[in-house]
Amino acid sequence: MATHPAPDRSTGPGRSGDPDRTTTSTVTLRVNGVPRRLTLDNRTTVLDALREHLDLTGAKKGCDHGQCGACTVLVDGRRTNSCLLPAVAHDGAEITTVEGLAELVGPAEGGALHPLQQAFVDRDGFQCGYCTPGQLCSAVGAISEAAAGHPSYVTSLTAGPPGPPVPLSPDEIRERMSGNLCRCGAYPNIVGAIEDVTR
Amino acid sequence: MSTTSTPGPVRVEGREKVTGAARYAAEHTPPGTAYAWPVPATIARGRVVSVDAGRAMDEPGALAVLTHENAPRLKDVDDATLLLLQNDRVPHRGWYVALAVARSLEAARAMAAAVRVTYAAEDHDAVLAPDHPGLYVPDEANGGFPGSRERGDFDTAYERAAVRVDATYTMAGLHNHPMEPHAATARWEDDRLLAYDSSQGATTVQKTLAALFGTDKERITVVSEHVGGGFGSKGTPRPQVVLAAMAARHTGVPVKLALPRAQLAAVVGHRPPVIQRVRLGAGEDGTISALAHEVITQTSTVRQFVEQAATPSRTMYVSPHSRTTHRVVALDVPSPSWMRAPGEASGMYALECAMDELACATGVDPVELRVRNDTATEPDSGKPFSSRHLVECLREGARRFGWHERDPRPRSRAEGRHLIGTGVASSCYPVYVSASSAQARVDGDGRFSVRVNATDIGTGARTVLTQIAAEALAVPMDRVAVEIGSSALPTAPLAGGSCGTASWGWAVHKACRALGDLIGEHAGTVPAGGLTVTADTSDDIVSEPPQAKSSFGAQFAEVRVDADTGEIRVSRLLGVFATGRILNARTGRSQLVGAMVMGVGMALLESSTLDTRFGDFAERDLASYHVPACADIRDIEAHWIDEHDPHLNPMGSKGIGEIGIVGTAAAIANAVHHATGVRVRDLPLHPEKLLA
Amino acid sequence: MRRFAYTRADDVDAAIAALADHPDGVFLGGGTNLVDLMKLGVVSPGLLVDVSRLPLAEIRETAGGGLWIGSGVRNSDLAAHPAVRTRYPALSQAVLAGASGQIRNTATTGGNLLQRTRCLYFQDVGKPCNKRVPGSGCPARDGVHRDLAVLGHSEACVATHPSDMAVALAALDAVVHLRGPGGERTVDLTDFHRLPGDEPHLDTVIRPAELVVAVELPPPPAGGSGYRKVRDRASYAFALVSVAAALEVRDGSVQDVRLAFGGLAHKPWRARAAEGALRGARATEESFTRAADAELAAAEPLRDNAFKVRLARNLAVRVLSGLASLGGAAAVTEGTVS
Repeated sequence: MATHPAPDRSTGPGRSGDPDRTTTSTVTLRVNGVPRRLTLDNRTTVLDALREHLDLTGAKKGCDHGQCGACTVLVDGRRTNSCLLPAVAHDGAEITTVEGLAELVGPAEGGALHPLQQAFVDRDGFQCGYCTPGQLCSAVGAISEAAAGHPSYVTSLTAGPPGPPVPLSPDEIRERMSGNLCRCGAYPNIVGAIEDVTR
Repeated sequence: MSTTSTPGPVRVEGREKVTGAARYAAEHTPPGTAYAWPVPATIARGRVVSVDAGRAMDEPGALAVLTHENAPRLKDVDDATLLLLQNDRVPHRGWYVALAVARSLEAARAMAAAVRVTYAAEDHDAVLAPDHPGLYVPDEANGGFPGSRERGDFDTAYERAAVRVDATYTMAGLHNHPMEPHAATARWEDDRLLAYDSSQGATTVQKTLAALFGTDKERITVVSEHVGGGFGSKGTPRPQVVLAAMAARHTGVPVKLALPRAQLAAVVGHRPPVIQRVRLGAGEDGTISALAHEVITQTSTVRQFVEQAATPSRTMYVSPHSRTTHRVVALDVPSPSWMRAPGEASGMYALECAMDELACATGVDPVELRVRNDTATEPDSGKPFSSRHLVECLREGARRFGWHERDPRPRSRAEGRHLIGTGVASSCYPVYVSASSAQARVDGDGRFSVRVNATDIGTGARTVLTQIAAEALAVPMDRVAVEIGSSALPTAPLAGGSCGTASWGWAVHKACRALGDLIGEHAGTVPAGGLTVTADTSDDIVSEPPQAKSSFGAQFAEVRVDADTGEIRVSRLLGVFATGRILNARTGRSQLVGAMVMGVGMALLESSTLDTRFGDFAERDLASYHVPACADIRDIEAHWIDEHDPHLNPMGSKGIGEIGIVGTAAAIANAVHHATGVRVRDLPLHPEKLLA
Repeated sequence: MRRFAYTRADDVDAAIAALADHPDGVFLGGGTNLVDLMKLGVVSPGLLVDVSRLPLAEIRETAGGGLWIGSGVRNSDLAAHPAVRTRYPALSQAVLAGASGQIRNTATTGGNLLQRTRCLYFQDVGKPCNKRVPGSGCPARDGVHRDLAVLGHSEACVATHPSDMAVALAALDAVVHLRGPGGERTVDLTDFHRLPGDEPHLDTVIRPAELVVAVELPPPPAGGSGYRKVRDRASYAFALVSVAAALEVRDGSVQDVRLAFGGLAHKPWRARAAEGALRGARATEESFTRAADAELAAAEPLRDNAFKVRLARNLAVRVLSGLASLGGAAAVTEGTVS
């Protein structure tokens, strides 16, 4: 499912044999296609590296504990909660944030949006907008997971033999998008926007 | 009578929100920004004896630990929840007793964990009980409503009623939990403060900060450009902006503070737990002769907040003999505050469940029962309603929902192991409006701009104000730029009480009309320097209107209850509302549906358990406090009646931000009773309550 | 969060050696629970030994017809693996019932087994907890404990193990492969997690610097298997109660049965008493109910969680009945809205 070539991870932090107890590391994160070299406190998460060190504030901090999904980004092509990822452990990782989504489908010249971004605007798939970047990255990930044949809890209970792709029914979308909370309650429009893009 | 066919313009800031360009309060990082992390009290009541910051200050990058001994002094303000780090009192667990400030977020968090606070704990009382000796009747409940009202002779009328319902409904506390935690970034320069704050109203924050810091409000600018939800919890200034400003003043560098999610439960308000006894006395035909709605709730020792849960019973139905009272006790607990439709959401849960019980007791259809008790005048005030289309909402909703196919007998419908039921409840929300100012300008090149300190917390304010301006100016929307979200803009009230659009829109409409007239005076030729008009609606707002004004609605729910597990799923939810003119069908529907989603949470999921031994809420994160997830929300529809009411404002609109949550929980609870025959009078409807 | 050093091990032995030399260290896999707990201050390691890039992410069929699941296999890959989906559907369903798509993409098999309880007191460093600070007390016993244990708890601790995956593994007779400074060993999954007793700070029998290398499944039981979870929210919530079961029915009688409960105890609860009562019995709702009752007779519910006993019984009956009526087909229909 990873759509990116595996990065070279033969060098980087923590590679010097016996740990020397230093608590900072220099890492390179490839963010939206651009390598960004940073010296960070080992405690810094990918989310905080993006928001506080790279001024990429698209990924949001809603809970900081993997309980809301607002921080969802794509890491090596897979959606994940960036608030739970120590940046030091992701040296070399390919990270796509909401700021880079449009470029996944082509050069974002002229301000073109990713089809999901446009569908969210058209369907009013958000209100306050705070969960939106996470919803979008999660939807991109969920669509590629389904295309790769990954089941969800609802697929696993009802479907026949495994094999790609899993059609994204509203039930499938709802289950697969449940890791992204929206307190404004935009869920019906979010599901509609994803349907617009996938059917 | 229908839904508006045109969907309405998309959000004008939509592109910014879907590309990550929209910046929220914690997303400004001026050079040299430091980070703050608060230290909450770990006792329920007592005093801080000492704060040992030694280990905390050993953390590399440590800048300061603010405590009540060294923090900047604040002047007194009405809201005592903002008088932070001013003395050694601990009024409840989670109250802030120190603030760590460091060069990095990681260091600030580590410092906060390393601060050692010694307390002198005192016995505390955190138990709300109907017989608590500290209960009292407040003069006013939230919103300025009388704490107690009596009309006629309830006791006699109830005693004589042919049919009587007497039921007590309880609900746990609820938390707003907007997705964006309360956050602020503050920077002092030459005695001027610039604060980015996650707030529903920057004007109030500006005034409050000026009062707290004893300075002119002209020296303070508060920006709330994009706000990640609030639902009332950001309606008043909150600790984050006060602490950030204190820390920035103390350290001399800009300070960013985003409150950790786990701390929100104690310091930014919540809907308090409420115990409600409702008694309905009625004739055999269901006509109400006596209505009592008696509310018991709690507040903190810091500030009195009384959830006005009995007030809907003063508005909703015929009730010649009525008693509506609130009693409250101040406990050693976090301070409650506004949460979406305070009073209505909680009160209508009880009243509308009691109406369902009355329907069962009389054998009158629940829709018909409400129709029979409709009233053209507000029972409590005796004033005629400026418009009231509750009956139309009930009828239209019943038609759309297919209500009339319903077998009224409980437990009459099943599919496999699932029991299926339907329920109905009415909705209501008062119409408020506040004075606002706004500025409209046309540049020499014919571009229009509107400035008003409105706040878009997700309502679509920016979009609808652009529509209002364009309509008043008779120009296309794309020729109008609306600037909102800063106290530097013309003064405007907060986004709250479902009156933002009415209040701001009125001023915008007025300014734009005046600008149009001014352009006319220039014979349609705009001078090179442009033209500017500022309007203020202070004189337009009638403080004591001769009509009662309220929105109404009806909600219908279908539930499927798993007979083996008690799991409840809301398979259908349909609301029809009468809220004046809907200005933008797209964003308006989103608000109504979104509030209904929150109502599903209130009905089935959300619960803040007061851990009485510790004096705090047990569920303090989003893993334990269950807001609805995508999988919980299935078929939800919101419709509206095209309602024309000339007594409102130039747009003819009522508010729509809150009414959607009013009645949802009752409709669902009534549907659960219809499905199962079990009357659960306690929210949320967790599975165990159906596993007898 | 305390400052920590970080090292990435080149191989399993180096990882173990790194930790053996540094008692304040921990292994970092997916980190989804570890980073959470570090932020809460519940755990404060001085060293993270990153094992996430070790070659432990393999799923392969074993010579004996079972399945080898490397400890580094991500939850989502485990649930999607064709062999898991077709031969061990209960396991796939259990994994998919847990957490969210994002977390399953990150969390590992080994980390899932080692995740800590979500007891609210355990997670709040401002309050006592015997699991976090031995001897400090257990406020949950008389406090907020609706989610907590009804079986096998002790005076010291009433926590539950939060994993869904482990419940299915318990039912499927999985074996945990461990490697540590003392070499390799295996532990049956049902013995891997402990009951709290007087030492609730010990969740499992894992030893210092020991690394979960893999989980091995024996050949799947004949008949079908399934997993069903009841939670407050329709998704993205920990279980109130869950059931993993495998059932083989022949001529109307139970030939073989495996049953395990989640959400009831400090460990995945393998229901051996129920299994014993069922083997050879008629495959009827009455038998299933009797068997579940036999297992749950030992329950000692707390003030606010007695409902779990009834819920567990009903759910077990439901899952077993589903498996029986499907003649062993590998599916348990979801009991929610269709």
